[in-house]
Amino acid sequence: MIKVNVDMAKCQHYGQCVFEAPDVFKLNADDKLEYVAEVDESERANVEAAIDVCPMQAIFIVD
Amino acid sequence: MSKPVVIVGASMGGLRMAEALRRFSYDGPITVIGDEPHAPYNRPPLSKEVLAAEVNHEAVAFPQRPATADVNWVLGTRAVSADLDHRTVTDSNGEVHPYGTLVVATGLRPKRLRVANSELAGRHAVRTLDDAVALRADLQPGAKVVIVGAGFIGCEVAATARKLGCDVTIVGPGALPMLRPLGHELAAEMMRRHVEQGVTFRMKTNVVDLVGETRVTGVVLDDGTTLDCDVLVESIGSHANTEWLEGCDLDLSSGVLTDSSLRAAHADGTPWETVFAIGDVARFPNPTFDDEPRRIEHWNIPTDTAKRAAHVITAGLHSPEELDRVAAERFAPIPSFWSDQYDNHLLAYGLTGLADESRLLDGDINADCVFGYYRRGEMVGVCGIGLRSAVQGYRAAFA
Repeated sequence: MIKVNVDMAKCQHYGQCVFEAPDVFKLNADDKLEYVAEVDESERANVEAAIDVCPMQAIFIVD
Repeated sequence: MSKPVVIVGASMGGLRMAEALRRFSYDGPITVIGDEPHAPYNRPPLSKEVLAAEVNHEAVAFPQRPATADVNWVLGTRAVSADLDHRTVTDSNGEVHPYGTLVVATGLRPKRLRVANSELAGRHAVRTLDDAVALRADLQPGAKVVIVGAGFIGCEVAATARKLGCDVTIVGPGALPMLRPLGHELAAEMMRRHVEQGVTFRMKTNVVDLVGETRVTGVVLDDGTTLDCDVLVESIGSHANTEWLEGCDLDLSSGVLTDSSLRAAHADGTPWETVFAIGDVARFPNPTFDDEPRRIEHWNIPTDTAKRAAHVITAGLHSPEELDRVAAERFAPIPSFWSDQYDNHLLAYGLTGLADESRLLDGDINADCVFGYYRRGEMVGVCGIGLRSAVQGYRAAFA
């Protein structure tokens, strides 16, 4: 498992991560970001892609 | 040891290129040459957070990853020429860098006003961290700020400067701010929201001269009027940084022309196998829209093009068959932009600027809303103020 952390003080809910890792990140009904904090190792490449496209650079993998 | 991949340009594109090469298992040497003194950092905050508060390089720097720890960063150094036949790049210190593969990631620089007295202090552009830090120092409450150019950067700076208590005037050649990407209705609405926040617009107007002894004190417009000005922000577009490649067998008519594999084109159109271009400077075809190569100045493009180029480069190092297979894969990145101006949070996908028509799809033009953008009836983009889930839902209509 890998731990995903989003700095919610930085996150501006742009939702760019949603397209890179749709099983980890989503915008809820209020357009706010929600994410799964612990995901399978198989999601690592997707989460890394989400980290790359985050405009606020707010996503981290905690190893 | 194999000759390195030399990446010219140490901004986000250069960083993402180095990372993507490692991700595609390239384990040879990588050199990145960049003219700024800073390691790669994130530019979107420069027209917003960096202007509004004390933010240093550390706060906007991209994290450095273990996989790229052995990259040779040559910073504060400009590439001045390249010899593509002998595969070398010469830098501003006179050092010659031999390469196996060259990646051009030199991006853009702001256009500046062409005026006689161009040496005056108080003139600013917003592209680099140093630009933003210098502008921040001038954005004092009550300062008379004139912004020339009514695109996204100009409008974001206007919003930030208003929040800081500056007196703000936007001068632009078009009828409305951000007209091409937003279309008439949304651009008019954004202009109304800026006016509501106290911004003055002088549209369909150009700057012809500056007034001042050592510092700019006024801006002369082509309608004969003069605006008082303490701080001048020039956000009138950009030039592709390709001068260092002049004389090379390339098509440099607007950036560096490439194929869909980001391989730079010879002047006759055939691709180089050892020269690539990525990011803002690359002019590449995108089958999402048509076969017309375009430069796309959106934030996600350096990352998308770096990954594509790294995939093609590593395939080519593997075998000709692998190269053919990867080069034939469809490369169709969906451009995205976003912009924050006061409490208006814009988010867009696609190339809205190609549209000949825009239509309100959701919401209310006076509040949160989503517009669709159409070219000859076919959707080419979507843009919303707020309503992000709805905006994302429409992306699938053309992506």
